[in-house]
Amino acid sequence: MNRSRLTAQRLAFLFLLGCFFFNYPLLSVFNRGGDFFGLPPLYAWLMGSWLALIAQMAWVVEGRND
Amino acid sequence: MLQSWVIVLASFLYLGILFAIAWYADRRADTGRSLIANPMVYALSLGVYCTTWTFYGSVGRAAASGIGFLPIYLGPTLLFALAGFILHKMIRVAKANRITSIADFVASRYGKSQLLGGLVTVIAVVGVIPYIALQLKAVSNSFAILASYPEIVMPATAGAVPLIQDSALYVAMILAAFTILFGTRHLDATERHEGMVAAIAVESVVKLVAFLAVGVFVVWGMHDGVGDIFAQAAAIPEVARRLTTADSPAAYGTWGTLIFLSLFASLLLPRQFQIAVVENVDESHLRRAVWLFPFYLFLINLFVLPVALAGMLHFQGAGVDADTFVLTLPMAHQQEGLALFVYIGGLSAATGMVIVETIALSTMVCNDLVMPALLRLPMLGLATRADLSGLLLEIRRWAIAVILGLGYLYFRVAGEAYALVSIGLISFAAVAQFAPVVIGGLFWKGGTRDGALAGLAAGFVLWAYTLLLPSFAKSGWLPDGFIAHGLFGIELLRPQHLFGLTGLDEITHCLVWSLLVNLGAYIGVSLQRVPNLREARQATLFVGGAEAAGIPGWRGSAGVADLLPLAGRFLGLERAQEAFARHARQRGLKAIEELPADTRLVNFAETLLAGAIGSASARAMVASVVTEEPLGIDEVMNILDEASQVRAYTRELEQKSLELTRATAELREANARLQQLDRMKDDFISTVTHELRTPLTSIRAFSEMLQEDPKIDLPQRVRFLGIIVSEAVRLSRLINQILDLAKLESGRAEWTVAAVDVAEVIREAAESLTVLFAEKHVILELDGREAGLIVLADRDRLMQVMVNLLSNALKFVPAESGRVKVGVGGTTHEVRVSVTDNGPGIQAEDQDMIFDKFRQGAGTSDVLTDKPQGTGLGLPISRQIIEYFNGRLWVESTLGAGACFVFALPRQAGDNDASKSTGGVP
Repeated sequence: MNRSRLTAQRLAFLFLLGCFFFNYPLLSVFNRGGDFFGLPPLYAWLMGSWLALIAQMAWVVEGRND
Repeated sequence: MLQSWVIVLASFLYLGILFAIAWYADRRADTGRSLIANPMVYALSLGVYCTTWTFYGSVGRAAASGIGFLPIYLGPTLLFALAGFILHKMIRVAKANRITSIADFVASRYGKSQLLGGLVTVIAVVGVIPYIALQLKAVSNSFAILASYPEIVMPATAGAVPLIQDSALYVAMILAAFTILFGTRHLDATERHEGMVAAIAVESVVKLVAFLAVGVFVVWGMHDGVGDIFAQAAAIPEVARRLTTADSPAAYGTWGTLIFLSLFASLLLPRQFQIAVVENVDESHLRRAVWLFPFYLFLINLFVLPVALAGMLHFQGAGVDADTFVLTLPMAHQQEGLALFVYIGGLSAATGMVIVETIALSTMVCNDLVMPALLRLPMLGLATRADLSGLLLEIRRWAIAVILGLGYLYFRVAGEAYALVSIGLISFAAVAQFAPVVIGGLFWKGGTRDGALAGLAAGFVLWAYTLLLPSFAKSGWLPDGFIAHGLFGIELLRPQHLFGLTGLDEITHCLVWSLLVNLGAYIGVSLQRVPNLREARQATLFVGGAEAAGIPGWRGSAGVADLLPLAGRFLGLERAQEAFARHARQRGLKAIEELPADTRLVNFAETLLAGAIGSASARAMVASVVTEEPLGIDEVMNILDEASQVRAYTRELEQKSLELTRATAELREANARLQQLDRMKDDFISTVTHELRTPLTSIRAFSEMLQEDPKIDLPQRVRFLGIIVSEAVRLSRLINQILDLAKLESGRAEWTVAAVDVAEVIREAAESLTVLFAEKHVILELDGREAGLIVLADRDRLMQVMVNLLSNALKFVPAESGRVKVGVGGTTHEVRVSVTDNGPGIQAEDQDMIFDKFRQGAGTSDVLTDKPQGTGLGLPISRQIIEYFNGRLWVESTLGAGACFVFALPRQAGDNDASKSTGGVP
């Protein structure tokens, strides 16, 4: 029970992190021209941080051995 | 190659395969080897979130607003990060209560209200029908575009095509038939559709692979990788604008709103609720879905922006609708096979959505709208009809047909007025109205049925006014004057700038107003009163965890004879019998008939029915056969008081602490007594030693004198020997008495209890002492009146007391003039014996003390030798004896006027004589 509560809280933390990643003001930092390894910065940031968030979620629910 | 018949054949082949998968999964489910009982299938089936709106529409939206398509998928990702708090709880609650739809969920939460279930159903149907229309439009358009290969021609507007030639009509009919086959083959008590879920999971894979195939083709087949596309796009200002998003507060506001909106939609859309909650086989599957479903969304969106940019680059000014880029790009490059595959992918997206959505809606319409109404109409006589299970299926089939018919109608009339993506968002905003009552209902116990009704109704009205009506107006159904000038020409009532709120896009504007009013009404009206009993019970079931288990749902009973036919009417008799038999086996009973008519059986029957006809109707039906007893006041208190558990716990703690305090006090008292006893023992020992030493000292002194001086003359020697002998006698008497006392005190004394004549004892005692009295010339008067004063006592012990008192008196009266008088008297209850002397008397302060061991009254010792005349143990022993027989021994005296010792013994056998008469404590 405690274990699953901890997992739920870790996920909730990722939720807050995601809210921060995917919204103003952080978004405005990347909302500009130019490129980032050939990708538009905004696209690179959103897809990159999204993938990272999913990986974190997977790690929290599946991978952590503690 | 891509003639119409090929496309039609491929479509039917695909649908046939799907049906075969569903049929196989259903068969496996029937034999108990579920095909879908694994987390992968669960996560994939959640992909039903991605409809044609995603498959075709995302690219269209990307072409119009760049990255703006993405929030629709970021929202669900965030929702699944909250899965541990929201989804997990919803699944648990739904399973425990056999919830079969979102309408059922809301109705059940607020006291199983049929009205509330009906309202949710209406909102869901009205909100989702445009969305279904969208799927029809997408399939028929993609069919038309593909059929005109190798030309790329945008299909004519829907209204322009004669009805009979309208492919969307046929799509609607085929999908209706297919859904009916899938969803209403039989009535299941849990309203789960294993076959459908398996098919949906396969469809999710097909649409994902199809989209990725297009993406790979566009990025690496048509271009030199992603970087190439972005570089080309950046070169053309028109396209380059899509690489960033509008940098304004309003744009960021819209962005945030869309994330928020899609978060709720991915939970509250009827199809999402159906797949995520109702069809969930095992709540542990959620664990995998937490990351797999977001990852699915990530993959299906990976190539959206590149494809959109490539389409814009390729079809610049060619009049190709961006919504069709996914299909038209392969067509433009003569990729016939890929184009057909994409079309099948689109078909997957559409059929998946339509099947699940219409099944979910038809369940809601049947359980929460039609059945309650039909059961209320007495003229139909449904309430008494024997078998309703066929009727239920019939209603659902008709509901599916009607819903798809409405979808087609919407498509036909309004289909061209809006881009795909806007229609989807209108639906999202509609189901977002469920958020306060659903989420609030999961975490707040104070919500009431009235509050939920008010919130939903207010939110729905505002949604319709600010979003739905304007969309009708734009479609030409309504005069559009009210959009520009407001209702009745009142500027403040302009639907898209309500009360002068400007600067927001229409979706955000609608959400701000509708959710504000919805939430306000829900909370405000809920707070008007305390939840009633039924609401409170459901609230505890939904919000609280463990404590809900003990709350009874019914305080009434009905037997199998009533409940089985009732369940049979809705489920079919055979299925009902199976379910009851299973229930009986679970309770360790052999046959259905053995089931006792208790609350548990009623609850079981209600949940069983809830699976088939919804919780509100199930309650109404069960209520018709159960005679409910009112809840006891204790139960009411338990339910109403959230802190009841805590209180009980506190009470327990208080009780424990009280017990501890009591035990501590007892221990302290015992300890004090032990200490006192210890002190008394020390005193006793020192006194005894002292008393023993006195005679020993004199014996030793006189013996030594005799030993050392052999020349002592005879008379002297005789005198010394006399002293030695009398001291030795005194010593042995002392020791005997100490032993006696020890025996009495430790309870080891032996008693022979019998009826004793007191007068006889007195006479005997007096006789034994006659010589001593005569020697001292003391007169002994016996009040020797009557015999026959009988007490229960040990004769010898009583004798001992009497002798003791007499010799005591003898000791203290003066020689020659001494008088001792023994009196005997009795009341009905007791016999009193007094021994009165004319000795020196006892001071008042000594009168208690003389009964203590080794204590003698002042002036009782020999003045010359300072030798006490008694052992100081006679009175304590006497008192012990008398008290053993429930009597009392005391003294009355004034100094100088003699003393009178009195003892009283109960005359008749007392309460505890029985135990006394057995004699002898071991």
